[in-house]
Amino acid sequence: MTGEGSGPDTGRSVGTYVGLGGWTPESLGVRGEVRAVVSAPHPVLSRAGGEVDPAATEIVRLAADLVATMRVSPGCVGLAAPQIGVAARVFAVDVTGHPKAVTVHGTFVLCNARVVEATRWKPGREGCMSVPDLTGDVKRASRLVVEGDLPGSGEPVRLVTDGFEARALQHEIDHCAGLLFLDRVAGAHAVYQRKVYL
Amino acid sequence: MNELAITVIGRDRPGIVADVAEVLARLGANLTDSTMTRLRGHFAMTLICTGPAAAEVEAALAPLAAEGQLLATVRAVTPDGEVAPVGEPYVLAVHGSDRMGIVAAMTRVLVDAGGNVTDLSTRLAGSLYVVLAEVELPAGVADALTDRLHRAAAELGVEVTLRPADPDLL
Repeated sequence: MTGEGSGPDTGRSVGTYVGLGGWTPESLGVRGEVRAVVSAPHPVLSRAGGEVDPAATEIVRLAADLVATMRVSPGCVGLAAPQIGVAARVFAVDVTGHPKAVTVHGTFVLCNARVVEATRWKPGREGCMSVPDLTGDVKRASRLVVEGDLPGSGEPVRLVTDGFEARALQHEIDHCAGLLFLDRVAGAHAVYQRKVYL
Repeated sequence: MNELAITVIGRDRPGIVADVAEVLARLGANLTDSTMTRLRGHFAMTLICTGPAAAEVEAALAPLAAEGQLLATVRAVTPDGEVAPVGEPYVLAVHGSDRMGIVAAMTRVLVDAGGNVTDLSTRLAGSLYVVLAEVELPAGVADALTDRLHRAAAELGVEVTLRPADPDLL
């Protein structure tokens, strides 16, 4: 567990809501709409998103839409604005209940997020809703510090996390920079056909 | 739409991929799945293409093969439907002193457990032999299979590991 304070008692190691200050999707005050998720090779996925005003009405709505779309997508633990067709530096993450997660910050949306510390790099195999037929081996930092702004209030936040949540954050921050996991795979033999198991 | 299985193998030199790909592009052959790799100084390409007739591609590749440095084969294949996966993805790694029959013995153990190899490569470096394979296994067989792989590996005097390769979906 990292950070100060503690999250709700869920009977597992739960991280702190460092800097989230009790932020929840409900604090956006708008009901999100489920948006269509785009797939590669859609050009928006390769475009670096612009910096956003986290207090702007359209960004608050975008944040709510990201959460709504993430929640209806089975197995989805994160969704970035480019994946719903918007080239902007906004993403939602929620790794709650994932068996590989250690530190868990619940559901949150970050604007203009950037990695400020990344250590303990570990390889892992990733898939992505926007690249539905492939997976790839990608090295990610397993200890991570990220800074960004909360949508709505615009409060700056600093998240300290690890493991699976750290991987999810790096994946979404990459989306916001116009990068897919395919841009980071470990080598020519590190991309695989993704199988769907019934 | 013609589907072609093409293999090209020859002594490695810079430009083989560009030369072959250029011939195919000029013919309007669409390169779909392929692997191209250097194997002990030989460059080996296995490609699936769609587009022109096999004879046309064969003729176009002939000048590259004429110098005797490249061997190219072109064969029309029937597009098969997707093969249903047999189960969950695992990575098998084997390493140890080189000897006859390592791949044969280890893959036989996999097959007997209902597994399917989807990708496999081997490397011989000095006397060290390395096998890496992507395999699909039916649910629930991994533990028993690991025991059998260890027994087979012990008989061959090599080390083996089998680990899940489940992707994290983000």
